Order: sequence, then structure tokens, then C-alpha cells
Amino acid sequence: MLTQLTHDITTMSRRRWLAATAGLVLGLAAFSNAKAQETIKVGVLHSLSGTMAISETTLKDTVLFLIDEQNKKGGVLGKKLEAVVVDPASNWPLFAEKARELITKDKVSVVFGCWTSVSRKSVLPVFKELNSILFYPVQYEGEESERNVFYTGAAPNQQAIPAVDYLMKDEKVKRWVLAGTDYVYPRTTNKILEAYLKSKGVKQEDIMINYTPFGHSDWQTIVADIKKFGSAGKKTAVVSTINGDANVPFYKELGNQGIKATDIPVVAFSVGEEELAGIDTKPLLGHLAAWNYFQSIKDPANEKFIKAWQAYTKNPKRVTNDPMEAHVIGFDMWVKAVEKVKSTDPDKVIDALPGIEAKNLTGGTSKMLPNHHITKPVFIGEIKANGQFDVVWKTPGLVAGDAWSKELDGSKDLIGDWVGKKCGNYNTKTNKCGGQGS
Amino acid sequence: MPANFLHRIRAVLLAILLTATFAVPALAGPFEDAVAKFANDDFSDTDEAIGAVATSGNPLAFPIISALQEGRLSADPDTKKVFVTGSDGKIIDAATGAAVDKLPDNAAAVRLNNRLRRAVEAALGGLTLLSPDPAKRIAAAQSVFKSHEESALAVIDDALAKETNKGAKAAFTEARAAILLYKPDATEVEKLEAVAVVKARGDQEAMALLTGLSGDVPPNVARAAASAITSIQSNLAMWSMVQNAWYGLSLGSVLLLAAIGLAITFGVMGVINMAHGEMVMIGAYTTFVVQEVIRTRYPGLFDYSLLIAVPLAFLVAGAIGVLIERGIIRFLYGRPLETLLATWGLSLVLQQAVRTMFGPTNREVGNPSWMSGAFELGQITITYNRLWILCFTLAVFVILLAMLRYTALGLEMRAVTQNRRMAASMGIATSRVDALTFGLGSGIAGIAGVALSQIDNVSPNLGQSYIIDSFMVVVFGGVGNLWGTLVGAFTLGIANKFLEPVAGAVLGKIAILVLIILFIQKRPRGLFALKGRAVEA
Repeated sequence: MLTQLTHDITTMSRRRWLAATAGLVLGLAAFSNAKAQETIKVGVLHSLSGTMAISETTLKDTVLFLIDEQNKKGGVLGKKLEAVVVDPASNWPLFAEKARELITKDKVSVVFGCWTSVSRKSVLPVFKELNSILFYPVQYEGEESERNVFYTGAAPNQQAIPAVDYLMKDEKVKRWVLAGTDYVYPRTTNKILEAYLKSKGVKQEDIMINYTPFGHSDWQTIVADIKKFGSAGKKTAVVSTINGDANVPFYKELGNQGIKATDIPVVAFSVGEEELAGIDTKPLLGHLAAWNYFQSIKDPANEKFIKAWQAYTKNPKRVTNDPMEAHVIGFDMWVKAVEKVKSTDPDKVIDALPGIEAKNLTGGTSKMLPNHHITKPVFIGEIKANGQFDVVWKTPGLVAGDAWSKELDGSKDLIGDWVGKKCGNYNTKTNKCGGQGS
Repeated sequence: MPANFLHRIRAVLLAILLTATFAVPALAGPFEDAVAKFANDDFSDTDEAIGAVATSGNPLAFPIISALQEGRLSADPDTKKVFVTGSDGKIIDAATGAAVDKLPDNAAAVRLNNRLRRAVEAALGGLTLLSPDPAKRIAAAQSVFKSHEESALAVIDDALAKETNKGAKAAFTEARAAILLYKPDATEVEKLEAVAVVKARGDQEAMALLTGLSGDVPPNVARAAASAITSIQSNLAMWSMVQNAWYGLSLGSVLLLAAIGLAITFGVMGVINMAHGEMVMIGAYTTFVVQEVIRTRYPGLFDYSLLIAVPLAFLVAGAIGVLIERGIIRFLYGRPLETLLATWGLSLVLQQAVRTMFGPTNREVGNPSWMSGAFELGQITITYNRLWILCFTLAVFVILLAMLRYTALGLEMRAVTQNRRMAASMGIATSRVDALTFGLGSGIAGIAGVALSQIDNVSPNLGQSYIIDSFMVVVFGGVGNLWGTLVGAFTLGIANKFLEPVAGAVLGKIAILVLIILFIQKRPRGLFALKGRAVEA
């Protein structure tokens, strides 16, 4: 017993000594390294393996591309940018670990990352605790406004609601199928849409809500149900929040059972150019998608970006998509904010970001709002045979992102305002900060 | 759609008015003006143009509208000239019908959206009602049935009088009934007859038509329609049972196909092979490679791509299986935990390897023509791809069974799994048989990948989604028994499909899992337990 104890002490002290020396050496090395080439580090937190690799790998490449372009222009504040890429492997707890590693070990000034809402929720506490900045580029369910996060993707009022408006007005849709994968984004979005549809006078019996597991591949029953639901003599449409991978068998089944876009159109919020690149588009023709950017949009800025991107990836067929544009805008805004305050200090940059404007790729100028969301145009596109979209409708101007949905009882009085109120969930009725969220 | 019709009349009037005002002599005429509207690249202008052209009576109307539907109508935005590229490649000026040598450089195809596509379909329906081809007449009558547009009534009456084809006659009668049902000034007798005709049709579209009927019909008609709806509904409810059973069979066939290779490697050999799903994925990627080669070199062979892919997928996945057995698994026999971990690690390695080679995104595997579409059987829709997969699965099952039963290799396999030492003493090279058995199981998984590429994504994650289901089927059916796997797969498939409409896809899946757990508590060896000494070995 006693010998064991002494043994423990000696090993421990030996270990501690080792650790101390190693730390010193490493610290010196890091110091001299930092002297040799002063860079600003940019963290990239996108899954490069696992289920989400299909979508997130492209975003990692996008950030590397943007850093490369910026460095060609001389970097930021006279320093080169350096990317630090980590792979959270589609594993939500690992996202938090990797975020911590990026901020404390690699000392990055900003992080571009995350795709699924659950990964974002998992890193939130880390960014708050260590006070760093995250740019989140994907359309999401809203109901959040955090000081450390900048949401460059669409909030529900910048994608889902305009899409439903389009179907209601242009296609005269009276009956709605809300189909989604069973997780937080579809559930919240459908809750918002259901409330919105009811406020427009749609009856409960004209709304069908359906959830399926991730990667669902046997759609026979559901498609037959949709067909049945759609044969009630009223124009029917499907609003799909079905997650990437399950979409292909879904559209195939629709095509095989003879449901055409002219009979029951499907408007999707997660199907973009990247997802269409790998599939047979025959059964999808004429179905719709709502995004804030399409590769096919004719605009000089967009054409220039596509050309540079394809040259960078050395692939003349490489497509661009909406979350990529969100990173382009977010990156530009971050660079402008850093140059404005001449520092990468998170507090200064966070305060400088609201109000910063950046050109988007569709001919407009997006602005960072006090609720950390941005203004974006909304487009409805129809799927064409070549896997691109033909824009059939767009909002007249840019739409400001709502952090808190105006359709839901729990959140309609809340606003996010990090400029005046310094609060992410300010209640305009009670004039108090607090309630849901942070 | 009376609104649509008014719209068209307005368009025609507008066109006439325009020509009257401007009176450009040579080009003038409502038809030419309407055609020019296609060049405006504006959806509402295109809508007006469709209406005006379709009702113009001009012989060019049909070629123009059908070209529009197939994306062969192009317009020059500067000169406002519109061109039809014939299916034979000949180009004509849409307004005059004069031949044109080539399209101007800036001519672009006229764009459509869903609303316009419906207008085009309705217009084509009106234009092809008198087509000499009975199939086209039937299709046209059906599109009139759906749109029940009053303007088509005269043509339908006319066509019905001279129709001799039985199918077309029925279709015309139904279309006529649909129009009368919605025609405000049709008599009550006419409407009651129409309800009877629609009721006899008895499908979902008939029901849509009847339920869409507004309140301002005579009370007798409303009553008749309501009773027709109930009778159609009960008829459809019966068919929906049949439909669920068919869907269950189809899901069961997919489960069986995915599990059948595992029934060999896990069921017969006892190897917990977590990389089984990746063999399926490799089979799917083989199909992709075969289709790529065919697309670039021999496009004519595309319909045979799956037939070519099946043996190749078997060989590729089988060879990889043999390599895995020789390289890893043979050192781990009798150590299930290590096997599990090693094969699971291997599955990750294979996934990442495929991701590196082919990229993380889905790969496009097309459906050959005989795998696409569906046919109606009574009131249910049977899709060809599901039907073929069911047939294919049963064929694979029978061949495998015959192989195990009647070939020398099959005999050796059974001998080795039943009593390894005895088999070795009889001069069977057991390690060779092990490798071949594992290769066979993997090869069959590869074949499954060819079939699954037709209904699922071809991505590095393809296998993951099937591995749990496969183990479920094999364990449920009874380890080591192919018939058990068959019965297990179909039982799970059908149970799942009957639960799904009631409980939803997510809860249905959970319910199935719970049921299996309870079942395994009761019968740990599955549905068909092996008896005798083999169990103890």
C-alpha cells in the first residue's frame, strides 16, 4: 500500500516535470513560429467524414478558396490568413470538442462552420464560454440569436414563408403536405408553417404533416398517402424539409407512381445544386426549391465567382450552392469588420459586424442586422434536366432575417438586438431581456 | 377551369384588338401576334400565347404547342421571332411555317413553369382529341377528364360519335361526364348520369372530381355524388389493404436482398461482419462505373447496364470479400468481439476509401427504361423497379439455395460449418472453403448493391443504412437458416407497412424494433432455429 503510494507520487511528479518541460519547449517553439510568420488564423469546422460529409466538404473547400483569394489580395491588416481545418466527423459532441481545440489550442480569430442545427447547438456553449465568433452558413429553423454567432443562412421567413406564399398565390395551392425528416429543423419549420397557413385561413384537415427517419428509403406508403391526400379535389403541394440523402428515393418514388410536378409540386428547402449533382434528374423536373441563391442566376458577380471557384477546384463542372454563397457573404463581412476596427479581438469584431454590408452574388447588397442575421433575396427555382434551377419567382427586394418567428406564440414578441439592447431575446411587450433561449 | 377559359378568350380578343389597332398588313393576324408573345420571356405572356394559339385553329398550333412542351420551341428576344425545331431537327418559323436554315445565336428555349405546363397539357388535350392514334386520344380524353374544361365538350361529342375503339370510347364517355358534372347549365338528368359514369370509374381521380363538386348543384345530384363518394371510398379502402400487402412484399424483398449475403457470412459462418453494408455499397459503385463506361462509350447499351453490372458486382465484391477473409477474419475465428471491432473498423476504412476515390457526394445511377414507371393493377400502382427487385431477389434466393444444396462447393460449405474437424479429416481444404464462403456472401451483397442502386442513393453511406436491418432480419429469421431469412424479411416488411399508415414511419420503425426484442426474448434462436449438433458446434 505504502510502496504503491510513493510510486504514485514519484510517477506523478515525474510526469509533471515532463509536462512542464514539454510545455516550455512547445511554448518557445510556438513563440518563435509566431514571430517568423504572423498570420491570422481562421478555423474551419465542417465534417469531412460521416453522413454530413456529402454537404459539408464543399463548404470547407469554399472557406479555403476564400482565404486563398483574400491572401492574393494581401491578406487582412497586412497579415496573411491561415486556415485551420478540423474534422468533427458528423459527430455532434465532437463538434464541441473540435471547436474548443480551435479556439484554445489553435487560437483562431473566427470559425466558419457547422451544418446541422444540432451541431450548432452543441458548439454554442463553447463559443459563449471562450468568447469567439462563429459564422453559420445554412438555412435553419430560427428561434435563436446569440452574441457569438452570425447567421448568414436563411431564417424561416427568408425561405419557407416566401415559398408558401408563392405556392398559394401563383399555383393556387389549397391543401398542404408538410413532409420532413424527424429532427429539430423540420419540426420547428413545420410548426411555423402550420401556424402561418392557419393564419391564412387554411383548415386543419387541409394540412398533412409527416415525419420520416434520417436516410428513409422506402417511400411507397408515404407517396401513396400524398397521392390520396392530393385527390380531394383541391390543388395540393408538398413542402419538403426532407434532409439531403432521403430526397433521391422520395423523388424517384414520386416519379414512378406518376405524380408529376404539374399535379402535385414539391417545394424543397434542402435540395440544391450540390445534392442534384449526383442524381438522375428525370423524376424531379419541374419540382421547386426555395433558396437565396442559385448557380443559374445571371449576374456578373456570380459568373466571376463560379469561374474562380471552378478554376480553384480544377473542376469545370463543380457546382455552387446557397450555403457557399452564405460563406462568401459572411467571410466578406468578417474581413470588412476586422479592417474597420483594425483588430481581430472578438469583442471589437462582434460589435463592429452589425451594419456591415457585403455584396451578395445575385446583384444585391446584404447587410448584417442587429439580430446577427442578414438581409437576403428569396428565389423560387424549378429543377431543370441539367441539375440547375430556373428561377420562376423572386421577392421584389431583400428580406430581413427574423431571429424569432412572428408566427409562433412563444416567440412573436421577442427580438434579437445586440446593438441597442445587447440581448438576443428581448421581449418587446414586457421590455425585458430573457425568456426563451440564452 | 372557367377562369382559364375566360383568360383565353380575353387573350384572343386582345390579340384581335391589337391587330386591328396596328394593322401591320403582311404579318398581321391574331395568330402571328400570339406567337410573337412567346419571345417575351414572361410567364403571363406565354400563358396568353398558349391560349390564343391553341384556339386559333391554325394548323401550326399543334406543332407549336407540342414543341413548347418538349422544350423545342425557341425564341429570339431581339427580333421577337419564334422557331419550332422539329423532332427530326428541321427548323421552321413558328408564325409562318417557313423553313429556316438555323437558329439565330441568341435564340433561347421558351421557359415554362408548372402553371404553364398544365395549360400546355390542357391545350394539347384539346388538340389531340381527334388524333388518329387511339393511345393519344385516350391520353387526351384523360387530360380533359382532369381539367373538365367546357370548351372541349363539342369536340368530345363529335369524337364520341365516330369513335370505334373501345378504350377510347370509355375514356371519352368519362371525359364527357366530367365536363357535364361541372357545367353549370347541364340538366339534372345529365348530371346524375355523369355521377354514375364517374362512380363506375371508381379511382382516386374520380373521387377528386366528385369531392371537388361545389354546393350549387341540385340536391339530388349532391346526394348521388355523396353516395358515390362513400362507395368509392370503401372500394379504395379494400384496395389500400392490397396495396399495403404489396408494399410490404416489396420492402421485404429489399430487406431480404440486403440480408441474404449476411445470412451466409453471419448465418452460416458465424462471422459478425459489420462491413457487410460496405459490400453492398461496392456493388452499387460497380453499377455506377459500368454505367459511366456505357454512357461515354456505348450509349446504346444503357438498358443492359444492370445485366452487365450484376456479374461484375459479384466478382468485385466477392474478390474483396476473399481478401478480407484471408487478410483479417481468418485470424479472428472464434473471437466474436474482435471480429466485430475489426470489421467495423474495416467498414469505416472502406467508406473513407470510396469517399476519397469517388467524392463524398451522391453518384448518379440511372434507371434503365424497363425499371422506370408503373402500371395500374386494379386501384393500386405497381412500380416496375419494385416489381423487378422482388423477382430478382427471389431469383437470387433460389439460385443460392440450389447452389448450397446441389453443388460440390455447397456441400463442402455445409460440411465445414457443421463439423469443421470432421470435414477436414475427410480431405476438405477448410480454409479454402472459408474464404470461398465469405467471398460468396460478399458477392451476393455486391449483387444486392446493383439492385439497391436503383432505389437508393449511391453514396459512401449506402451500406450503413442497411446493416442494422440486415442483422435484424437474420437474427429474427433464425441464424444459419436461409428459409428463416426469407420468412423473416417478408414478415418484417409486411408488418412494417401495415404499421406505417397507423403509426407513422418513425414510430412504425420503433415498434418493429420493440417487437423483435420481445420476440427474441421468447425465442432466442429466431423463427426457425437450427436443431441438432450443428447448434452446439
